[in-house]
Amino acid sequence: MSATLVLILRRLGSAAVTLLLVSMVVFAISSLLPGDAASETLGQSATPEAVAALRAQLGLNEPAHLRYLHWLAGLVTGDPGRSMANNLPVREIIAGRLPKSLLLAGLTAAVAVPVALAIGIFSAMYRGSRLDRALNVMTLSMVAAPEFLVATVAVLVFAVKLRWLPSLTLAPEHPTLGELLRAYALPVMTLCFVIIAQMARMTRAAVIDQLTQPYVEMAALKGVRPARVALIHALPNAIGPIVNAVALSLSYLLGGAIIVETIFNYPGIASLMVDAVTSRDMPLLQACAMIFCTAYLLLVLVADVCAILANPRLRHP
Amino acid sequence: MTEAPLSSLGDIQARPPRAGGPRLPQLSLSGWIGLALVVFWTLVAVFGPFLAPYRVGAIVADDVFEPFSARHLLGSDYLGRDVLSRMLSGARYTVGLALAAALLASSTGAALALFAVVSGRWIDELVSRLMDAMISIPSKIFALVMVAAFGSSIPLLLLIAAVTYVPGAYRIARSLAVGLNQMEYVQVARARGEGRLYIATAEILPNMINPMLADFGLRFVFVVLLLSGMSFLGLGVQPPHADLGSLVRENTSGLGDGALAILAPAVAIATLTIGVNLLIDSLPRRRRRSGGEA
Repeated sequence: MSATLVLILRRLGSAAVTLLLVSMVVFAISSLLPGDAASETLGQSATPEAVAALRAQLGLNEPAHLRYLHWLAGLVTGDPGRSMANNLPVREIIAGRLPKSLLLAGLTAAVAVPVALAIGIFSAMYRGSRLDRALNVMTLSMVAAPEFLVATVAVLVFAVKLRWLPSLTLAPEHPTLGELLRAYALPVMTLCFVIIAQMARMTRAAVIDQLTQPYVEMAALKGVRPARVALIHALPNAIGPIVNAVALSLSYLLGGAIIVETIFNYPGIASLMVDAVTSRDMPLLQACAMIFCTAYLLLVLVADVCAILANPRLRHP
Repeated sequence: MTEAPLSSLGDIQARPPRAGGPRLPQLSLSGWIGLALVVFWTLVAVFGPFLAPYRVGAIVADDVFEPFSARHLLGSDYLGRDVLSRMLSGARYTVGLALAAALLASSTGAALALFAVVSGRWIDELVSRLMDAMISIPSKIFALVMVAAFGSSIPLLLLIAAVTYVPGAYRIARSLAVGLNQMEYVQVARARGEGRLYIATAEILPNMINPMLADFGLRFVFVVLLLSGMSFLGLGVQPPHADLGSLVRENTSGLGDGALAILAPAVAIATLTIGVNLLIDSLPRRRRRSGGEA
């Protein structure tokens, strides 16, 4: 077995262990409720018998570690229990919402990645110039802007003043491409804002790292034009770090989606999770939290594996 | 609780001990703008409530969502209250809570890191693994789960925000402390027979203060964004208290009219976070290999 494979397998293993630890943390916090789920659900007027029956039904009489194992087994087999708010299986609720969130994330990535890469490569090529410094201040400000500011300004400009776009995302069941673009324009724009800035900054650093290598200086001395040096000579060597940057920046989507889905009333999994917090619907909340944590770990894993693959010293030991 | 650093902290130099007094910082234009914004918001947080033209909860305007006028500089909100007065007192919550939470996160992270580094391999490994697991939960998700479990009173929000950002601070502090732990003067101190506490606090800590301060600034930005985001979702600071995020939330119905009441607090948060970010970015740092703009 090659050294790279061992390295990647080890990385996979540590990701699995981390996920297990994360599930323990999530379960521990969310089952440390000060109140009791059964009496909370039934309200104050419930009879003690009813509370006891529901406690037994919810499995609250079991010790915590057994409940954790049941819950974990449920998660792994795709049955994370029933929602306490409306008694539907959590799986069904999530199955209806998850594709919508993935669509939003996919559209955002499709827009953000090319734009961010272009900005990053461009400012790396002209590093130190006035333009680069302007872009630096701009992206630095963009990463610190709260999503709800971006969203409200976007709604104000494009939906209220110009009336170009709808302010709520109500996509029809089988939208045409035009309808799809119109419905998703504002949320995607908002999500892109922070992500593009983050990704562009990381891409710039990765490309500059290559552009300062001796072989680039050699190419420049040979008389190769700067654009060709950057794109043909440096870029292929920066692919690994760039993919790493892309994966890490995309993990920002997870946090951003929570605000954006809520603002635009988008029926995705992030707004579902916020509803679960408001109604203290723990089974639903736990499942949503685990989905987000898994997605995050996957992105970081992709980033790490790319970094391993991109390092020639590891590929050819 | 993962947030990659907004600007690359690794570049900020951990200086060896140096004689002489502090120098005036050399800041770029954007750095001065950042500093001005930070000073401005500090003053607002301290003196804001005394400067407010009206009582915070008083309904003083003739109409809801009034635009800019001489009587109400930032208009009125959805109940006809003065937006400027509400923002002046809301800023205290936003800045104060974030400052306290960031301070708690940074100092706990640094203390844990120092403890881990001077205590030897096993404890270091144990603490680091635990922090790695915690850093693998996105910060907003962690905060949502915590709020669902424990509610969102102000002391709890402070604690939640602090716990959320301890692992990030720990990671930075540990990487600095591991490097410093190898320095000759630390080895000399160890050879002298100094205790662990002395080595941690008198030899390592003073030399990681500068980069930790920059990291503290970033934590502060994260906490401001997290808490105002939570308040915006209605899960943060609860009425009758209101931070800047709550002000944005309670006035969302004015969005259709383009009311100042919703824009002003949102812009206020952005100027605060952008200010801190610009200031940190222009702090002196080690020259990169590129020799270009750092």
